Amino acid sequence: MSILIDGSTKLVVSGITGREGTFHTLNNRAYGTNVVAGVTPGKEGQDVEGIPVYNTFRKAVEEQGANTAMIFVPPRFAADSILEAADAGIKLIVAITEGIPAHDELRVYTHLQRLGDVRLVGPNCPGILSPGKANVGIIPASFFKEGNVGVVSRSGTLTYQIGNELAQRGFGNSSIVGIGGDPVPGSSFIDIIALFEADPQTELIVMSGEIGGSAEEEAAEYIAANVSKPVVGYIAGFTAPPGKTMGHAGAIVSGSQGTAAAKAEALEGKGVRVGRTPTQVADIAVEILGG
Amino acid sequence: MDEPLKSAVLMDLLEYQGKQLFARHGVPVPNGGYAATIEEALDVADGIGYPVVVKAQVQIGGRGKAGGIKVAQDRDEALQHCEAILGMDIRGLTVRELWIEEASDIASEYYASFVFDRAAKATLAMLSTKGGMDIEAVAEEDPTAIARLHVDPLLGFQDFHARRLCFEAGVDADVVRPVSALLARLYEAYVDEEAMLVEVNPLIVKNDRTVAALDAKVTLDDNALFRHQENAELRNPSAEDPQEQMAKERGLTYVKLDGDIGILGNGAGLVMSTLDVVAQAGGTPANFLDAGGGSKAEAITSAVEVILSDPKVKAVLFNIFGGITRCDEVARGLIDAFEQIKPSVPFVVRLDGTNDVEGRRLLSEANLPNVHTAATMDEAAHKVVEVARS
Repeated sequence: MSILIDGSTKLVVSGITGREGTFHTLNNRAYGTNVVAGVTPGKEGQDVEGIPVYNTFRKAVEEQGANTAMIFVPPRFAADSILEAADAGIKLIVAITEGIPAHDELRVYTHLQRLGDVRLVGPNCPGILSPGKANVGIIPASFFKEGNVGVVSRSGTLTYQIGNELAQRGFGNSSIVGIGGDPVPGSSFIDIIALFEADPQTELIVMSGEIGGSAEEEAAEYIAANVSKPVVGYIAGFTAPPGKTMGHAGAIVSGSQGTAAAKAEALEGKGVRVGRTPTQVADIAVEILGG
Repeated sequence: MDEPLKSAVLMDLLEYQGKQLFARHGVPVPNGGYAATIEEALDVADGIGYPVVVKAQVQIGGRGKAGGIKVAQDRDEALQHCEAILGMDIRGLTVRELWIEEASDIASEYYASFVFDRAAKATLAMLSTKGGMDIEAVAEEDPTAIARLHVDPLLGFQDFHARRLCFEAGVDADVVRPVSALLARLYEAYVDEEAMLVEVNPLIVKNDRTVAALDAKVTLDDNALFRHQENAELRNPSAEDPQEQMAKERGLTYVKLDGDIGILGNGAGLVMSTLDVVAQAGGTPANFLDAGGGSKAEAITSAVEVILSDPKVKAVLFNIFGGITRCDEVARGLIDAFEQIKPSVPFVVRLDGTNDVEGRRLLSEANLPNVHTAATMDEAAHKVVEVARS
């Protein structure tokens, strides 16, 4: 098995007619993903290499049975596109778009939480890859093969780096999920770790975090209470310069949370081993699963 | 709240920019004006009438303690203060701009803010009657002195929210109305301008029992500036590092550090990881540049220009794992950069990911002087530390 996407995925792509949208949609299809439709307002009736384009998500769902959406439109249109996909009944939305205004993300997140049954992955994420089954997004799939390690990460390229280190030690992946690093990610580490915990194919979970926010600290608490499978952590940014603090209010909200050291400590305090480099993450995986 | 490298790029406004933004939304602020020269400052002061306060406009706390905020009783005093403050250095920043405003009498100092609370995925509203210099200390020593609540973005900040904050914070009963009204206007400014933070410290109650924002701290979301032309044009000349400015104009994220190794990567996570791995190999980064996703050859060429504009750089590390970025584009950019700039420092290049074979082939055919390749990130980090030392 895998999580979120597999052979039953029927993908509709918003922004399919854009240059990057076309390129990555066709890459996803070439990998074996069942891409059933695209959405570009005003271009219904056209097709992208045989993939029919519709004006609305509603019609793409009605006519092609799309059950997963990928958002590839520019930031100013992205929040609207996510809301439209949800309104059309799509339950998994993967938003690749980078640079969506934070207040848009906050409104979208709050609305989707209220709907209760729609999962958003991203925005500003590389997408999801279930090796051997489906690829939704921009993850360079040729570096990964099917296997028993689930990877969840806030950063795109760092995901590839860690996945590649694991692949070089012979490990494959059940799924690789980029949750993105935006202020309001649709899915958290906890959401994805819960899915890996329930997935029989996944035997080891790798979570790759970075400085800022408190998602890693929250994940540490969750893992200690709810996860039976081994988890290996990585945190980028031990030597990154202190960031812009957002006035006093920022310091009051976040306290000492948010540094790489605090995150690593929170995870290790709950029994999660943390690699100090991507290579060390792979070393720990070898120790746990055997080489 | 700290998110220094990633997509949530933020823009901190100077006090006067924040106050002008507040004023647009009906948040009461003292009457004042902007000045960049002594002549302008005196004109503004004459217009307001004395006494006035002369305030240095730099993006840093502790302006008052550093002597950057002074009350002037008359024109002569205003002249003295302006001469002293313009050009003054406050913790490394040179004062180039002043804000002159009417002096306010102060009965009480409160604190108010709305901040984008990432952990809660909601906006946090805070109000305290213990405003003034050190609200962080108040938060630490007496957290109950700050009333807080989260605002539902789909409902907005209602009157009852404001009243609840006021009563919980212990605001004087006779000013609950004006403080509530100020909070409502402040929230409106926060939402309409798409701020990540609006903070008023102090929020003053005057002897006549009216209220005003005596200071303004506003952080805007860069990602939303396309909807706010007026804000996009705001500038902060004292805070702009010329190299960071150069990078920004080219759409690159650049941060200057203290060491001697220049670092270019794609994606904030990988760039941060690269800094860590270089540090573990014994090196110290001079700067780092995130070329972002989908970098084209021209972007890479300008990135090299930006990195090398820092004279401290003794060696450069390229660490690329291509997803949306294509390694052949990176290689072409580097080759172009060598033709245009002819760098004198060594480069270590590690390319993996989309079109990596083609990228490596291009580099090996170009046979650039003083360019080393590395197969892994660890190897690249060790190699760049080695060549920086030699």
